[in-house]
Amino acid sequence: MKLCKVIKPGFFTTVQDVGRYGFQKYGVPVSGAMDNYAFVAANLLVDNKPNDACIEITLQGPAFEFLNTAQIAISGTALSPTVNGEKVVCWQTLQVCKGDVLSFGRPRSGCRAYLAVKGGIDVPLVLDSRSTYVRGGFGGFQGRRLKAGDVIEAYEPSILLKFGFSMPQELVPSYSNKLTIEVVLGPQSDYFTDMGIETFLSSIYTVTTESDRMGYRLDGSRVEQKGSLDMVSDAIPVGAVQVPKSGKPIIMMRDAQTTGGYPKIAVVSTPDVSHLGQVKPNDKIRFSKISPSKAQAKLLEYMRTLSQMKSELVESRL
Amino acid sequence: MPVGDRALLVEFGNTISLDLNRKVHALNRAISQLELKGVEECVPTYRSLLVYYDPLKISYEQLVFRLRDFEGRLDEFSVSTRKRVLEVPVIYGGERGPDLAYVAKYHNLDKKEVIRLHSDREYTVYMIGFISGFPYLGEVADEIATPRFETPRLRVPAGSVGLAEKQTGIYPCESPGGWRIIGRTPLKLFDTRKHPPAWIQPGDAVKFKPVGKEEFEDFRDNKNETMQSD
Repeated sequence: MKLCKVIKPGFFTTVQDVGRYGFQKYGVPVSGAMDNYAFVAANLLVDNKPNDACIEITLQGPAFEFLNTAQIAISGTALSPTVNGEKVVCWQTLQVCKGDVLSFGRPRSGCRAYLAVKGGIDVPLVLDSRSTYVRGGFGGFQGRRLKAGDVIEAYEPSILLKFGFSMPQELVPSYSNKLTIEVVLGPQSDYFTDMGIETFLSSIYTVTTESDRMGYRLDGSRVEQKGSLDMVSDAIPVGAVQVPKSGKPIIMMRDAQTTGGYPKIAVVSTPDVSHLGQVKPNDKIRFSKISPSKAQAKLLEYMRTLSQMKSELVESRL
Repeated sequence: MPVGDRALLVEFGNTISLDLNRKVHALNRAISQLELKGVEECVPTYRSLLVYYDPLKISYEQLVFRLRDFEGRLDEFSVSTRKRVLEVPVIYGGERGPDLAYVAKYHNLDKKEVIRLHSDREYTVYMIGFISGFPYLGEVADEIATPRFETPRLRVPAGSVGLAEKQTGIYPCESPGGWRIIGRTPLKLFDTRKHPPAWIQPGDAVKFKPVGKEEFEDFRDNKNETMQSD
């Protein structure tokens, strides 16, 4: 079913699902929604499966004209969305009609919003995922970001919702320009001096404009390495913090290459990778060390929150 | 050792060596053949295996315990049981291999000798990375090992065969890159419509076959599909 036409593409708007898993050994990045929490929430608000494809909106909002009646939800950062010029609420099911125009502005804090539609965005599965990997030119909508004139399709929902849902306030995150990010040290923290690790954990880093879905280059105190140890390339997980010779850390995000030769001082916890999805240039980051077992306990708690979120939603009128 | 909150790294060393890499691929094979419960994905590299797992299905301690057991039995899964040797046709030199002359001059060799040295041995696929489907192959003969460019080229065409020190590799798609390009293959190495998407896989062996212009075009036009479908 034809869902909407892109009137304005926005800064960087792509189709994403939860990610492309199982192909990293062939050099294929995981891609997927940068803020997993907001992504899943948007789907649940229209009673989709947690992994149905959504539209990921970055920093500057696009505008869409709907070509059919649809039930939608917007989550993530508040990009001051409007329908036909009137403000609408985020984190809640909305009904739009044929001809309605949905537009977005800019965020005050946070970086990305998700637009879910009942039924899910209809793009072909590529390597088991609907996520766009722009650099590789595959997945999502024709392997690229959306541009004006594109017509986006959605799967026709088997039934429409009779009432909507809204997210209880305590499950709606607030986004800040200053963030503390939990990391597990390693796998190559032994490439750094004690002083280097101390610097890494005590400094405030600024996210630079050289930041995108591949990774965030940070500016701030240099992390000291032991001599000039050479490392043979190995695998890069999402959230890895690698430090090149410049001493300025780079956080590897969802479109990052799968292998690389810079030592990784730490890896960001899974829930905080989601939080990083809401970080934008000039935001401040501080790293905080967490033990592997504590990180895993928090991951399990995060997974529990997501799996119980559906039952926490509050019914709302459409 | 733990990597973040849902992966574990098995490190066998920090060098590029066939022996280390064999162990990496043997452990990878053991995990997939024995269908270790809770393991979601493994990424083999030169010297280590990154194992992603679901902590709801297997704990870190259980996983370490199982992997220790596998490590003691690596011989059962060793690379000798592989042996896919993939032949990759290459047209060397000319506009498709702009750095062949540089490599020859760097080592005071004849261009033909460089081609012979590059194509007369079987290379191991140590890992795939950098860009989707890029195989890291090794090791090349000392006589032709050449340092990469200090400043990478902005555009290296798809199919380019390059050298970087003792490694050789193939660019599956157009990309920036710093390797010395000595030739090009007409084969399509990466195709998202195929499962798996990469024709050359970690643990395989690759042998380059020098071809002429006609054969190159013949491969490009006719043989790509069949090469891909095995």
